[in-house]
Amino acid sequence: MIPAAISALLLQLLHVALALAAAPLLVGSTRFAKSRLQGRRGPSPIQPYRDLLRLLRKETVLAHDASWIFRVTPYLVFSIMTVAAAMVPMFVLDLPLARAGDLIAIVALIATARFFQSLAGLDIGTAFGGIGASREALIGSLAEPAVLMVAFALALVAGTTALPAIARFVLSGGVGVEVSLALALIAFLIVAIAENGRVPVDNPATHLELTMVHEAMVLEYSGRNLALIEAAQMLKLLVFISLISALFAPWGMASAEDGLDFLEVLAGIAVFGLHLLVAAILIAAVELAIAKMRVFRVVEFLGGAFILAVLAVVFRFVTEAS
Amino acid sequence: MFSTIAYDLSHLAGATVLLAGFVVLYQRRLLGVFRAFALQSLAVAAAAAWQAYSQDAPHLYVTAAIAFLLKGIAAPIALNWIVRRLDIHRTVETAVGIGPTMLAGVGLVVLATLLVLPVTVSSAALTRETLAIALSVVLIGFLVMITRRNAITQVVGFMSLENGLVLAAVGVKGMPLVVEMSVAFSLLIAFILFGIFFFRIRERFDTLDLQSIESFRGERR
Amino acid sequence: MNALFLILGIPLAGAAVLALVPDHRLGGWINAGVSLATLVASLLLLPFEAPDPTPFALVDDFNIYLIVLTSFVAFTAAWFSAGYIAHEVGSGRLTPTYLRFYHAMYQVLSFAMLLALIANNIGVMWAAIELATLTTVVMVSLYRSRAALEAAWKYFILGSVGIALALFGTILVYLAAQKAMGPGMDALTWSQLYAEAPNFEPELLNLAFVFLLIGYGTKTGLVPLHAWLPDAHAEGPTPISAVLSGLLLNVALYAIVRFKMLLTANGDALAPGPLLIAMGLASLFTAALMLYRRRDIKRLFAYSSIEHMGVITFAFGMGGPLANFAGLLHMALHSLTKSAIFYAVGLASQARGSQQIDQIKGLTASHPALGWALVAGTVAISGLPPFGLFMSEFLLITSTFPRAPILGVLLLLGLLIAFGGLMLRLHGIAFGEADGDRRPLTGSLLPVYAHLILILIAGIFLPGPLVAWFQSVAEMVG
Repeated sequence: MIPAAISALLLQLLHVALALAAAPLLVGSTRFAKSRLQGRRGPSPIQPYRDLLRLLRKETVLAHDASWIFRVTPYLVFSIMTVAAAMVPMFVLDLPLARAGDLIAIVALIATARFFQSLAGLDIGTAFGGIGASREALIGSLAEPAVLMVAFALALVAGTTALPAIARFVLSGGVGVEVSLALALIAFLIVAIAENGRVPVDNPATHLELTMVHEAMVLEYSGRNLALIEAAQMLKLLVFISLISALFAPWGMASAEDGLDFLEVLAGIAVFGLHLLVAAILIAAVELAIAKMRVFRVVEFLGGAFILAVLAVVFRFVTEAS
Repeated sequence: MFSTIAYDLSHLAGATVLLAGFVVLYQRRLLGVFRAFALQSLAVAAAAAWQAYSQDAPHLYVTAAIAFLLKGIAAPIALNWIVRRLDIHRTVETAVGIGPTMLAGVGLVVLATLLVLPVTVSSAALTRETLAIALSVVLIGFLVMITRRNAITQVVGFMSLENGLVLAAVGVKGMPLVVEMSVAFSLLIAFILFGIFFFRIRERFDTLDLQSIESFRGERR
Repeated sequence: MNALFLILGIPLAGAAVLALVPDHRLGGWINAGVSLATLVASLLLLPFEAPDPTPFALVDDFNIYLIVLTSFVAFTAAWFSAGYIAHEVGSGRLTPTYLRFYHAMYQVLSFAMLLALIANNIGVMWAAIELATLTTVVMVSLYRSRAALEAAWKYFILGSVGIALALFGTILVYLAAQKAMGPGMDALTWSQLYAEAPNFEPELLNLAFVFLLIGYGTKTGLVPLHAWLPDAHAEGPTPISAVLSGLLLNVALYAIVRFKMLLTANGDALAPGPLLIAMGLASLFTAALMLYRRRDIKRLFAYSSIEHMGVITFAFGMGGPLANFAGLLHMALHSLTKSAIFYAVGLASQARGSQQIDQIKGLTASHPALGWALVAGTVAISGLPPFGLFMSEFLLITSTFPRAPILGVLLLLGLLIAFGGLMLRLHGIAFGEADGDRRPLTGSLLPVYAHLILILIAGIFLPGPLVAWFQSVAEMVG
């Protein structure tokens, strides 16, 4: 019998390692699914690993005007994302680190990452970096209130902001057909799309600088720095998908409360893998079906998310009162 | 009286109606507005049918059928047809931006909730909620009528306002004359649609944009 | 009870007949004849004691006088319309096909108004007022000109919104009643509602009344919901302007007063008076100030209607036997006076070929009989003796001063402003050089004089039984 503390530590390590390993695969599968849906053969799902390795081997070029912010940002962003990933339950409900921060803490972590990335975009003083940073700030400033509203709605429904507790509440099945949750889910999906720079808010595969948001901001990075930034971006996608699956569809997760069951963990991992696969295919399908919207339209799109989230809160009150 | 599932389903239908109201506000293209309105009408029809079943009031099926056939299917088709035939510009012309109107919409929902919930303390939970949602839908219908310039969007606003009324009427237990009222309203709607088409085709009505009609105040020399 | 079926059946049958009569001159006279028959049927109600309410109809002292008034003015308007509208065909503004439609619609409109007055059911009343709105929209758009279409559209949108809100209020009233009386038709029936009113939840009634006031207030033309009224009056055919001002506004106001009585009967609900007083005063002042800058004669008198609706609403808001008495009297006399004025205005605009005041000026010189009738009507509507409206306004002011001096001052001020505006415009219309067209009169002046004589009599001498009757209604309205 392994002592509880050590098993928890092992679990946490396994969790982080899996997250780091799965993130590029997730992005790879998305691209793969997308190209298959488009009728192309497309690169293999493990292509992102190769890209990252290649970037790591390449020389890093820094602009003359780059200050320490520009140099520190990749490491910072990557570590922040790793921490965030460590805190979101993926295949086990009760992670030791999940107690370190709730939903709001994770939102704050992601916002911090964005803040530094925007600073770095501005730092070198090129036009595209500036455009990217300002657009990212615009999207961020609109997405944040929506996320917080979603958090409120969830907190009202479940009575807590702690992720495992919310997941437990949803698992218990006591919610029935909860309109607030559905509204919050839609709002959260919109925010997730915006945060990860997916179509229709941003196109991760674009090569046209004028339409770039995230890509414009990191245009000046190369080599190891770029690898870290890209990895962080992949982790972010993973974090959001795991958040969605933990908050709205936590079925199949292993519960660490009454000691660890090896099989349960394995099953949890399998279910989680399935979730990721479904997410990848969904993202690919959605990105094919709709076109990127104009930047000004993004304001309304995210405004819509905010309003949905507010509605979720209001509905909660309506139900509560009656 | 009501089991949980009955409650949840009404809740869901009501929420869909309200949400569709917001979708109407969000749309920039006329065809999108019509589709959102059709969605709303279908949700109203579902709500009415569900009330008919759970209240055991068969006459409400008629209301549901009217909402489904006339507003869910016929009205959007007619609107599409009018837009095509009259060659109306297919973007929604807004008097107030989409973002602010959506925020105003949320404000109205809060207002409706604050108005209805305190005065209906002793009513059944479902009635209170339906009334709050219905009033929100009514107010959002108003908002569409006020903040959108094309006559045709105003008509959609009016019809979605009416959806809210139907929702309220079917949500109140045992309300008589609901069918008659929905028939009366259908008459009104048919009349409006007919009017738009008829006036535009036969007469010198250059635009349905109310802004340009407004220039006339009857005081011209 | 048979009289009620006649009152509702005759206009309906008339509408069906009129839809089939191809000749518009004949149609016009049939229209007047049908209205006369309706009037006779409604007079049958008078000598009897108020019948017991049935689930379908409620006739008490309050609405019986409105029923008679409505059928009377509907008759004179139809009489006037027969000559007037034939001339519109002669001058090419309308085609005979439209007229067939117009006459049928006219009867549907009187049916709808009478149904709204008679109905013992708040749902039926609502539907009747909706029907009346629909028909008047059609009538307003009759000329198919750009301006008429705009007016009709505006009326339509605002009217529908008002109607929708009124329905929401109706549903809330049902909800309040349903809790005390159980679900079913009884909870929509006036006579039952009054009996059970003390058991309703006051908060729900309050909310309902706000919706009803806004909803039916739109139809009454109360500020700030009056935007449709001047346009609709100015662009529609003149007989319809007369019916709109003289009758339809009354019907909507009747609905408001009925619901007000419900609140009063409840006791615990908020006093509806201040709301009514505020809206009444707002209407009075807005309309009075608007009178000064009018160039279109029909719009002028449309604003005057808003003003008087404000005065009546104010009177019912004050409440109490005296103010209610004044309000009821004012309602009847305003109907008579305003429709007479619109008949005269219709003839004047046909005789001078324009609705613009500066085209009509010098009317007493060009058409003395018509000109002086219009002067008399305008003098009456601005509340000067010896006409009846002086009586009712005087009564209202004297009953207001002891109870609320400040309101009394405001009321007086508003009336004076309106008086000034009307006199200013009247001077422009009636006197001065007559230039422009001088065509012979196209229709009979008899309806105008008939109304004027009635209001003159009412101003000099109100028969005792009538006073007693008004007093009993005033007590009832509370």
